[in-house]
Amino acid sequence: MTTTLKPVDAVLVGFGWTGAIMGQQLCDAGLNVVALERGPWRDTSTDFATGFAQDELRYMWRHHLFQNVAYDTLTIRNNATQQALPMRHLGSFLLGTGVGSGGVHWNGQIWRFLESDFLTKSHNAQKYGQKAVTDYDLTVQDWGVTYGELEPYYDLFDKLCGTSGKAGNLKGQIQPGGNPFEGPRSNEYPTPPMAQTYAPTLFGQAAASLGRHPFPHPTGNLSRDYINPLGCQIGKCTYCGFCEKFGCGNYSKASPQTTVLPYLMAKPNFVLKTECEVLKVELTPDRKRATGVTYVNSAGEEFFQPAEMVILSAYVLQNVRLLLLSGIGQPYDPVSGQGVVGKNYAYQTMSSVNVFFDDKILNPFIGAGALATVIDDFNGDNFDHSGLGFIGGAYIAGMVTGGRPIEMIYTPQGTPAWGLEWKHAAAKNYLKSFAISVHGSCMSHRGNYLDLDPTYRDAYGRPMLRMTFDFTDNEHKMSDYLTDRAAEVAKAMNPREIKLNRRTGSWSVVPYQTTHNTGGAIMGDNPTDSVVNKYLQVWDVPNVFSLGSGAFPQNAGYNPTGTVAALAYHAAAQITSQYIKAPGALVQA
Amino acid sequence: MSGLRVPPLALIVLAALALAGLAASQALAPLPAHPSDAVTPTSFLTQAIPDSVPNAALVRHGRDLAIAGDCLSCHRRPGGPPFGGGLGLNTPFGVIYSSNITSDQNTGIGAWTGDQFYHAMHDGIDADGANLYPAMPYPAFSHASRADDDAILAYLKTTPAVSYRPPVNRLPFPLNFRFMVKAWNFLFFKPAPFQPDPGQSAAWNRGAYLVTGFGHCDGCHTPKNLFGADSTSRPLWGGDLDNWVAPDLTGNPRTGLGGWTADDIVEYLGTGRNAHGGAGGDMAEVVQYSTSLMSDQDRQAIAAYLKSRPASPDASPAQPDAGAMSRGAAIYSDACASCHLEGGVGQPRFFPPLGHDAVLQQADPVGLEHIILAGSRIAPTAARPSPLAMPSFAWKLTDQEAADVATYIRNSWGNRAAPVSASQMHAMRRRLDLETVHYTANSGDQR
Amino acid sequence: MVKLTFDRRRFLIGGAVVGTAGGAVAAALHDGELGGPAQTFNGTVPWQEGTADAPPGVSGTGYGFFTAAEAAFIEAAVERLIPNDAVGPGAVEAGVPFFLDRQLSGPFGRGDHYFLGGPWAKGVPEQGYQSRFSPAQLYRAAIAAIDRYAGGAFNGSTFANLAEADRDKVLKGLEAGTIQLDGGVDGKTFFAMFLQNTKEGYFSDPIYGGNKDMGAWKMIGFPGAHYDYSAWVTRHGERVPYPPVGFKGRPGWTQG
Repeated sequence: MTTTLKPVDAVLVGFGWTGAIMGQQLCDAGLNVVALERGPWRDTSTDFATGFAQDELRYMWRHHLFQNVAYDTLTIRNNATQQALPMRHLGSFLLGTGVGSGGVHWNGQIWRFLESDFLTKSHNAQKYGQKAVTDYDLTVQDWGVTYGELEPYYDLFDKLCGTSGKAGNLKGQIQPGGNPFEGPRSNEYPTPPMAQTYAPTLFGQAAASLGRHPFPHPTGNLSRDYINPLGCQIGKCTYCGFCEKFGCGNYSKASPQTTVLPYLMAKPNFVLKTECEVLKVELTPDRKRATGVTYVNSAGEEFFQPAEMVILSAYVLQNVRLLLLSGIGQPYDPVSGQGVVGKNYAYQTMSSVNVFFDDKILNPFIGAGALATVIDDFNGDNFDHSGLGFIGGAYIAGMVTGGRPIEMIYTPQGTPAWGLEWKHAAAKNYLKSFAISVHGSCMSHRGNYLDLDPTYRDAYGRPMLRMTFDFTDNEHKMSDYLTDRAAEVAKAMNPREIKLNRRTGSWSVVPYQTTHNTGGAIMGDNPTDSVVNKYLQVWDVPNVFSLGSGAFPQNAGYNPTGTVAALAYHAAAQITSQYIKAPGALVQA
Repeated sequence: MSGLRVPPLALIVLAALALAGLAASQALAPLPAHPSDAVTPTSFLTQAIPDSVPNAALVRHGRDLAIAGDCLSCHRRPGGPPFGGGLGLNTPFGVIYSSNITSDQNTGIGAWTGDQFYHAMHDGIDADGANLYPAMPYPAFSHASRADDDAILAYLKTTPAVSYRPPVNRLPFPLNFRFMVKAWNFLFFKPAPFQPDPGQSAAWNRGAYLVTGFGHCDGCHTPKNLFGADSTSRPLWGGDLDNWVAPDLTGNPRTGLGGWTADDIVEYLGTGRNAHGGAGGDMAEVVQYSTSLMSDQDRQAIAAYLKSRPASPDASPAQPDAGAMSRGAAIYSDACASCHLEGGVGQPRFFPPLGHDAVLQQADPVGLEHIILAGSRIAPTAARPSPLAMPSFAWKLTDQEAADVATYIRNSWGNRAAPVSASQMHAMRRRLDLETVHYTANSGDQR
Repeated sequence: MVKLTFDRRRFLIGGAVVGTAGGAVAAALHDGELGGPAQTFNGTVPWQEGTADAPPGVSGTGYGFFTAAEAAFIEAAVERLIPNDAVGPGAVEAGVPFFLDRQLSGPFGRGDHYFLGGPWAKGVPEQGYQSRFSPAQLYRAAIAAIDRYAGGAFNGSTFANLAEADRDKVLKGLEAGTIQLDGGVDGKTFFAMFLQNTKEGYFSDPIYGGNKDMGAWKMIGFPGAHYDYSAWVTRHGERVPYPPVGFKGRPGWTQG
């Protein structure tokens, strides 16, 4: 028995960063909006308060705020010759759930992609030849949107979060102390950069001595208190060292809870329903229009929510799966290269270098999710790739997110993982070591994609999503080159020793890497090679919008949230200025 | 694939919608196509009253007075319709439920005449001739003019009718007999229309009218005698209610508003927070549904009046024990500095600075006990919607630890106030029903 | 009505809670998505004073999950993983066996955050955990299988009765995957989980039963659950004076 509810103007499927941003924009435009979130309500003072938020066991290792794979997971394999098996335990990526979702337990790293990142195919082909973008079966594409078009929306997100940082390029003028490689910014950051602890400071000095261009990481962990344009208040970070994988207890990390919900939840024309999982987007028989969504609540009751617009604002893996389950768009076929939904799944290519001192107390527990000094000299196309055999790059960060001892005890090369020798190494090095992070891009590849699993099904009998992914030689070469660059900085810090943690072998689901899954619902300038247009509107079903990193045709060497948010604001601006007056395709195919 | 089967009814509905969609697919209607009819208390109190409403000016004036009187906070049960009544008020004498004051003819006041309404507001007698309990602050409302009462009634009669009868009051014998109120009125109540003081400014007089009249600040901030009546010799010296403290509003520099400027008061009433503190507890709703929706002029008038109040007499509190101070300092650094920072400096307008703080230095520590054990939330307002909240520490601190940190906070950074004992803390824990942990919807790993 | 095939365990557990804590509480508890009652919010940010998603600390003394034989194995094994000496406590001294016992009798042991449904295949290492066992089942099966292995390889002895060097030899064999266990147990998978859990018990908040007296934190210099380091951010190279503190305090909270 399905209960049909009163129609609304827009239904949001999932309520994290993009749902909150789009909900606020649509409600301000007067639309009647319902958000459906499959997880529970969560807020600062009750669910991640300062009295218990700093709990490494419960949050990092017992996944208390994360998606529970017992009820929803996907299958994984490195290539099409393998049988995909379920991801039975979280590891490589830590998926969000509940109100605020990943926006609750993210680090707060707020980046903009480079101007050339939006032109991956045309820029690299022009500069390095056509082979550069087709070697290794790469399937990179241009985005169909430019940095210039997105800049005002990056700026909006900075103002929403109160981002702490130092501009490196203000309206084309290079600024001392900032990132000289970034695209032009219309405004300085809303708040000054965070103060740097010892390790990032030493990293910056060493990098500068090598002629690199160090600058403070732009962060949503705020250097001072801030009131955003919605009137919402974000406090001052106290460097507790429990950002990533944890909720912030003292309101000092930008999240949907701190930046949007106080404003949005007060709106009469906004309704949030929790513990409600959308099963399917319903279409008209001609499949050209969505009529709404079918969802089931935690009591097993099924509802049809009619809506004029369906906004997929869940995580990329859920959005792509819903497109596939609902029969929206042509599924991608890696053999023929035809079809688009699921195409160009990509990730992030991570490596690191540990640095050990004898004589310097670094106090690694003084940290924050984005507390780092960074060099961007080897990211994107900020350096000459001629003869290197790869495209893309990484930022290199002397970063201290915290000193959580189960996860973050670094021991020198050759130290066993247990026994007296391990214990002595832990005791000796904990206060005097840290990690330089290499945060690399991941290009799209013909064989990396998402589709529906033929064997495994979820609790509702729906096929699980199947992920087929491995790093290609482009990524391995890039990562090796970048890890060597990080090691140069590490050595210039004059430590006792360093340890290189290279990105080797096939992608494994076991060790944590990043929760930066991208692609599968990619954007572009025409429907033959993309799922959505530059406004994230589905080409085939124009009253469905698919937000989030699923739109990335490949992933750049930065954390994705800034670009995810900018794309959502960019889409919202077009919806509220154009679409609502005359609902229909915003870009003619 | 049983999960993907669409039941027949849904198919029919879908087909119907599909047909509608096809018919309209050439030119879809602009959005919003399905405007929301939901109201929130704030949207209800701030929605425009169009000129087409009869006596629009009078109705608007009545609405502003209903805001000044904070009628909504009491005349609405949690989640209920505005002015529908049914909120249970915990008085020292029992539970009294607020009445339905919507325009409903039978269960509300839609059928009331102006005389009847004035009689209720001015004399505490309802339309049936029965005495109202003084939980309805008619002693304060009696200061109001007949014209203002008429305006409020005109406004209430424009509100949507809600058919609802609140529960019967739960009062012990003999208070359950309304005629007992007659005796109370005889002893403690003299209807007294407001008399302006010609020696004061118009703003001061407006402030006095609001504070002592519709605003009924006395209701909480003036101590009560044994019969629950205002102790008229101690006006606005601070009272307690429902496990909260309503602080001293006189010019006392330690426990009152002596350290606040008029602008501080205006900011507090308008946004729910200022450089000194935030409006929590029962004051949160007063700010949300009353003072933040007033005109800035009225807030300034209130501030002018309050700043003119003579200071209440100061007491000299007992000295705290050195052990409690040392233990409290340790707990403060580990558990409280996360927001209030080392040295109690706080983050003004976010997390109150704790030094020289009036709430913390009230003679009765009940407010601080409540805040530590249960937490407290700053009123969200249109200007500052963030409901910044202090978390509950009931699960974390023992009675002794909570008492020690309370004693420390009450006697540091310029504060001095009587120490708090573990038994006081335990009594509050019991009254708040916090002897066991109250988990949230997230707490599934407790199993 | 959609048939929910996944929630037998949740309903069983929920039912157990109903008996002790009342239906409303049981229905509201939630860990991961889909579990609590569906709720609709409109008009305000919800908040209830006095509520806290407080940590699920442990209580009592003694073993509830481990049998005497299993306890002997665990104590003898964690003593080798983190031995005791003057530098800092060993895993036994830190209470790790008690921590493991409580973990295995709770949500972690039950595999509340593991997908354990079939079909099952071994897969490749990159595909991670592919056992059908919950962690509690894996511990139970692995301890028995390791004792059988020890009995075969070392003259009928249990693991716990082996000399230190022999225990290390077995543990290294499990770690490297060179020891094959019977009973459908993958020794390497078990060892990885066991070592991880041992470090968890050693370094997690004492509220979970390990890290006794915060000895492991003292050894490395971690101040624990302290939250405000503002004053020390730019005091480069100095030792931060805050003594370690757990969620339920430190000696300074109750002494003095």
